[in-house]
Amino acid sequence: MQVNLRNPNRTIIFEGPMSIVALLQKLDLNRESVLVIRGGTLVPGDALLTADDVVEIRPVISGGVA
Amino acid sequence: MKCKVCREPAVIDIRRHNANFCGDHFLKLVRDQTQKAIDEFKMFAPGERILVAVSGGKDSLALWDILLELGYEANGLYIGLGIGGYSDRSGDQVRAFAAERGLKLEQIELRDQYGYDVPTAAAVTKRVPCSACGLSKRHLFDKAALQGGYDAVATGHNLDDEAAVLFGNTLRWQTEYLARQHPVLPARPGFPRKVKPLVRLGEREMAAYCVLRGIDYIVEECPMAVGNKHIGYKEALNAIEATSPGAKQAFYFGFLARAVERFADAAPAYAEAGDTAACTRCGVPTTSEICAFCRLLERTAGAEPVHLTIKGKRVDA
Repeated sequence: MQVNLRNPNRTIIFEGPMSIVALLQKLDLNRESVLVIRGGTLVPGDALLTADDVVEIRPVISGGVA
Repeated sequence: MKCKVCREPAVIDIRRHNANFCGDHFLKLVRDQTQKAIDEFKMFAPGERILVAVSGGKDSLALWDILLELGYEANGLYIGLGIGGYSDRSGDQVRAFAAERGLKLEQIELRDQYGYDVPTAAAVTKRVPCSACGLSKRHLFDKAALQGGYDAVATGHNLDDEAAVLFGNTLRWQTEYLARQHPVLPARPGFPRKVKPLVRLGEREMAAYCVLRGIDYIVEECPMAVGNKHIGYKEALNAIEATSPGAKQAFYFGFLARAVERFADAAPAYAEAGDTAACTRCGVPTTSEICAFCRLLERTAGAEPVHLTIKGKRVDA
């Protein structure tokens, strides 16, 4: 799967499938501090991402990193 | 994950409420929590005119959208701070938001109308950029609200903002600041009422609201604020929140309910009528001959525009 991150903008490719929780743990990100967005809408925390997914991880703290 | 209300698939979990919501019920929750804050703290009433301070970020654009959805009369004011490409992109977001919805947006460009920008003011005054930025915004929002006959200025400060400010003030026991940290600052002579209707909503919820409402906002933070203490406080509080959901809300609302009154004696002695005079330049009440904003204008007059750098890298491009 393609994971797009911000501040700075960068892309990381992961093998799928993977849960949101596992993905955020791999990236060492706090769920309180980010949203996961796919196709312009929110991805719930219990969703399973597949190898074909393209997701954005958006920091919600103004100035925060993701 | 099912919506707590309708049992349809949820799109977001809010751990401090121990609940999940579908898109529609999440949007309703956000509006309901905003209305609850407006009512609980007596911010304003239907029929009053609100000036929303909009920056192009998620909180202020969401606030404007929510107030309109709730039926309030709310216009926007954007101040172009002259922070290079960041300000250009922020202004574009605000203008697009207003144009798409046919909203009334007032705009001020510091460089065009007052002859300076924030990077130049920071260089001239040799203080952090946030100092000149805050001073400029406070003065100009106050002035616009009074001249426009607005009943209140609304800002997009959310629960995370307020908890982080409280955290910082508590770390240093800044009692004067603690005494006046409240979601409403009443109007006083020369100054409009100021309100923060988003204090019951977290930063993550505001970002989610924008995504679900299709509100484009500037995700990048002001380059001059990167690495500041406030962001560090938010990250620290989120680390606590991750293991103790609801900690931020308990911290801030517990302070309002049980602690703020204890600092009343430390409240700034807002000038009594006899202690102030009108600024000789602009007329706002001030304890000195010239107010802080007009002193800033005086110091920046004729200064060559500068570009701020951090570790040798331009931060305002």
